[in-house]
Amino acid sequence: MADMPVLRGGMTLAAIAAICTALVAVTFELTDDRIEKNAQAWLEQSLLPVLAGVSFDSGIGENRLAISAPHELPGNDDAMIYRVYAGDSPAAALFVVSARDGYSGPIRLLVGLDTSGIVTGLSVLEHRETPGLGDGIESPNWQEQFVGKSLENPVGNRWNIRGDGGEFDALTGASVTPRAVVKAVRETLEYYAANRGIIFATANAPEKATK
Amino acid sequence: MTALTLMDRFRNGLWYENPGLVQLLGLCPLLAVTSTFVNGLGLGIATLSVLTISNGLVSSTRQWIRQEIRIPIYVLIIASLVTCTELIFKAWFPALDRSLGIFIPLIVTNCAIVARAEIFASRNPVGLSIVDGLVMGSGFALLLMAIGAFRELVAMGWLLAVLPPGAFFSLALAIAAKNWIDQRKHHE
Repeated sequence: MADMPVLRGGMTLAAIAAICTALVAVTFELTDDRIEKNAQAWLEQSLLPVLAGVSFDSGIGENRLAISAPHELPGNDDAMIYRVYAGDSPAAALFVVSARDGYSGPIRLLVGLDTSGIVTGLSVLEHRETPGLGDGIESPNWQEQFVGKSLENPVGNRWNIRGDGGEFDALTGASVTPRAVVKAVRETLEYYAANRGIIFATANAPEKATK
Repeated sequence: MTALTLMDRFRNGLWYENPGLVQLLGLCPLLAVTSTFVNGLGLGIATLSVLTISNGLVSSTRQWIRQEIRIPIYVLIIASLVTCTELIFKAWFPALDRSLGIFIPLIVTNCAIVARAEIFASRNPVGLSIVDGLVMGSGFALLLMAIGAFRELVAMGWLLAVLPPGAFFSLALAIAAKNWIDQRKHHE
């Protein structure tokens, strides 16, 4: 025990751990701002396409409202609503919801609605549908057909894919996926119609989103 | 570091001991992210840089590290390097980071890296260890890119290629091709 091997080993380990921690800390300091900016830019970039024809002057990703489960929106997990304003008055609400009846796992959707409940855009954030079949829901042409639609247009059963007597295009070889998306958009519209007051009731002045 | 040993390193890393084709190490990321060429390139470069720096650090500390604590030290070094790589990808290559997702942090579990630390870097001088990291990393990265490019091309006619089974078929074909080439050389 002359040179205390355990102690020496422990000291070496501690020294290396300290150096490694310092390395990670420095890298974090150097990249933190950029990472934050990238996340914000990505959010705005993915929210913008569903705001066709809406005029607004607030930041898009800033004012959000988390709706914790259970709720009547599509999806079992918490839903998110981004509120967009023109001056002090509401301009649009963007819903992040999940369609549950897809072929393979939840389909995360972003649905934009203007204040009168008309769809301003749809985009698919995340899905695991079959490549080449169900993934046709990614196509902007397919998503375009929802723009301008509302609970009054079309009415009742027409809010379905063509095969089910509705007026929305299905995809060749895949009806499960588009059916799930159409249903989720309809449920979002119904939720909006029933809860319109509550959605814009809180925080008229945009509050900063918390991290 | 003579020219001969350097040539040996290159031949071994890129062909005879290729981490993916021969040692079959790091197959999880290899199979998971190679659905496109760009993904293969991104993960290849990330793995290559972690492997090179980790080899350099392990080799330069090898005199002070006692045999009993070498494994926790490799783990510490590799884990910190991977965390830094992940932060750098998030800051400067956000699009690539999104498509590689969890597989950047999972480089830490790539056995090719700890294997090179144990087999090579802990027994060889710094310069040679860095070369070994560069070459082994390139061997792995080239394989990732080749499989990514192959799957992306074949997927135009045969959809299965981008699905998970396609990864297994492509890797099997690559290994078979390598063995076939080696055998032909052997017969000559």
